[in-house]
Amino acid sequence: MDDQRTDTTIKRILGPAGHEILCDECFDKLDTYVELELRGEAADERVPGMRAHLEGCPACHEEYESLRDLVDRPT
Amino acid sequence: MYVHDVVMAGRPQPDAASCALLQGLRGEGAERDQALAELRDLLLKAARFEVRRRASAMPHLRGGDGEDLAQQSADDALMAILAKLDEFRGESRFTTWAYKFALLEAAVKLRRRAWQGREVPLKAEHWSQMAGRDFGPDLEAESGELMEAIQHAIDQDLTPHQREVLVALTLNGVPIDVLADRLATTRGALYKTLHDARRKLRKALAQQGLPIDTT
Repeated sequence: MDDQRTDTTIKRILGPAGHEILCDECFDKLDTYVELELRGEAADERVPGMRAHLEGCPACHEEYESLRDLVDRPT
Repeated sequence: MYVHDVVMAGRPQPDAASCALLQGLRGEGAERDQALAELRDLLLKAARFEVRRRASAMPHLRGGDGEDLAQQSADDALMAILAKLDEFRGESRFTTWAYKFALLEAAVKLRRRAWQGREVPLKAEHWSQMAGRDFGPDLEAESGELMEAIQHAIDQDLTPHQREVLVALTLNGVPIDVLADRLATTRGALYKTLHDARRKLRKALAQQGLPIDTT
């Protein structure tokens, strides 16, 4: 196990520091957060704790990326 | 083209397409039927989008499996949306709000499919085995000390349930929805357990004066 892998493992175990919303609130606010972000507005200020949750929860992060990419793609 | 919402009084107003679709869904007869069909098409588009994104990492998703999964996800998302229609607050476009239900349904089904027939490692011994390895001479002493302290805190400070959930999700790579199924609980409840376990670990490490990220 090298240092980089160890650091990744440690981050995965300890998760984000500071305030973090949980999965239900993340789902509730995901559409608002994504649209704020795509408009270049202060998404992290308007939805505090979202960014930390997306760092700590791989499942919610996947769904965030999918929604952002789906909404942002040209029709 | 991405259509920006009109921002009035600090709150985005629903765009015209959202208003029309919502009005149809709250209507009756043919108007509602048409709105339902339109919404179902949108949800299917989102579900297919998610299936396509994940398909390359899922070689066992054969033939029409992906399309079946997308259709089922669209149906389940439609039911969920109709049950929660009154919860739409207009803080985003209605289509964005609706898409997230289809993406969630598809993502959860895909994760479950990927783990179908696989053992879900729940035992904390997996952590002990991993952490008990010789980390090797190249590992910085600081990282080694932190890893040992984390292992000790996992063993000493967490409840058996917290240990099981933390090990399965963060070390054994079990998707949270798969673990929720196995433990007959919800994603939200499991993440709360993980969150509490992480807080306990951080507190234990801080009390020992160990260098942990606090940002």
